[in-house]
Amino acid sequence: MSTQTPVHTDSDADRGIAPTAPRPSAAPGQGRPAAAFLTPFVVLYLLFIIGPALYGLVLSFTDASLVKPGLNGGAGFGNYAEALSNADFWSSLWHTLWFTILTTPPLVILGFLLALLANRVARGRWFFRLAFFAPYILPSAVVALIWMWLYTPALGLFDTMLAKVGMTAPSWLGDAAWAMPSLAITTVWWTLGFNFVLYLAGLQEIPRDLYEAAAMDGASPWQQIRSITIPMLGRTTTLVAVLQVIASLKVFDQMYLMTGGGPNFATRSILQLVYDEGFTNYRVGYAAAVSMLFFLVVLAVSAVWFTLVRRQEKVV
Amino acid sequence: MANPDVGITMERINAREKLFNRICAGVLIAFALLWLVPLLWAVDTAIKPNAETTRTTWLIDNPTLDAFTRTLRDTDMWSWYGASFIVSSLAALGTVIVASMAAFALSRMRFRYKNVVFWAILAGIMIPGQVLIVPWFREFDALRLLNTYWAVILPQLPAAIAVFIFKQFFDGLPRDLEEAARMDGASFFRVYRRIVLPLARPAVAAVAIFIFVTTWNDLLWPLLVLSNPDLMTVPVGLATVQGAFGIRYADTMASAILGAIPLVAVFLLFQRQIVQGIAGSGLKG
Repeated sequence: MSTQTPVHTDSDADRGIAPTAPRPSAAPGQGRPAAAFLTPFVVLYLLFIIGPALYGLVLSFTDASLVKPGLNGGAGFGNYAEALSNADFWSSLWHTLWFTILTTPPLVILGFLLALLANRVARGRWFFRLAFFAPYILPSAVVALIWMWLYTPALGLFDTMLAKVGMTAPSWLGDAAWAMPSLAITTVWWTLGFNFVLYLAGLQEIPRDLYEAAAMDGASPWQQIRSITIPMLGRTTTLVAVLQVIASLKVFDQMYLMTGGGPNFATRSILQLVYDEGFTNYRVGYAAAVSMLFFLVVLAVSAVWFTLVRRQEKVV
Repeated sequence: MANPDVGITMERINAREKLFNRICAGVLIAFALLWLVPLLWAVDTAIKPNAETTRTTWLIDNPTLDAFTRTLRDTDMWSWYGASFIVSSLAALGTVIVASMAAFALSRMRFRYKNVVFWAILAGIMIPGQVLIVPWFREFDALRLLNTYWAVILPQLPAAIAVFIFKQFFDGLPRDLEEAARMDGASFFRVYRRIVLPLARPAVAAVAIFIFVTTWNDLLWPLLVLSNPDLMTVPVGLATVQGAFGIRYADTMASAILGAIPLVAVFLLFQRQIVQGIAGSGLKG
């Protein structure tokens, strides 16, 4: 954690230049070299981020189709009205939220607890990092193959283990009620390492002498955690939680690979709805409208984050 | 460290802390072992003969690597490796170049509307690529780039988060050396290429590895644009053959492990940079 930027830094780092640099108005313009340095990124940014975002917005107001060129006529707010009155849209949105609800608390809380434990253990930290973080860098397809084997009815490791202790395993991925929790369990295993690492970094920024002083005053380890660690990690928790919510909302791979959105569409996420409508039913306009609605949800979460961070900055 | 006057209290505190730490270690080890079970079980299954996999036991009567040789022979694994390696390396290289250049301008130069440009780029972090798949598909169709590596690489390049990371890093670098170089008449490009970029190696490593791994693991977008089997990346290839093994569980696990090996290698080689990169910036795919 040496020279890296901390998790939260004032983004307006320009101030760092101010003391040495002369006032902008007095300075000779550096517009031309600046433009040269910025151009490659900005061109790509306009072509592949801003342009497509605006194009997607336009498409969402049309009846554009994947198999026909052009916009295929305007649709006004028709696509949005259809989405908002469509049961498939609301159920996919709910599945996405349900998945987010099932994954976020365990991923944040376990990430915190395990980092807390790892921070107290002096030796073998590489081993814990390996165990928790290695799954995170695996491709979703690899994770899906391994977990579908674990979940295999009768022959899978889970079913045989439960059978040994006299329990009957649920039909993990085959039961509409169990499919989503099963996908959530897989996801917790897969991505916990990310939050673990963020928390571990946050913990290492808490000055050691705070604990030493508290210990001298007779505070038990538990009291130290409650009155030093948890408050000091407030900003890390906000960051971890928001990144987690956004990542969970964007879920697609696990469902696509492990359940295909089933059984009976019980695990179809909002991104899979976009995929199905746009690329299976060729309804590009409608899929673009669903994407925009989904984007609004993600933006709302980000807005909540900014508000929380602002408030924390005022308090600190 | 310990003041002699408080030596006795410190000893008591240390004893209590030691016990607490030991409990912590125990719980942590239990969790870590639990976390390793799926991976170990995958390996265990893969080195059994297919016929043995239906008996659920960790013991292996006839360990064999047959499943691996069969998978390498019957799937296009080598071709998937090649495709993933090409798109991930080019995406990482391209992102490092364009993002570090933009960040250099934002960090070191004075020009009008700098803050506007900075915030406009930063806003891009808010736009997840997943909401752009529909317009992207039409765009790459119009450009006649579907079923090319460009379709996978190009949308990865303008990563706003990378600009942000580079700018933060550049802002924290000392300026004496480059100011001296500028006095001596060195161009901005020379300063960027010869002074700032070499100093920013940790940031370069973090961004490069991060983009490499996310591009390697990306499924949704490559799945849409790479339908030609000769071009498929590892995740797309695995996704298309995942049902083909049927009940040959050893083969299935061998394909999973083979799909995992390159990234496990990357992880073991660059563990420190990956972890620091994430801790430093909160990168998430």
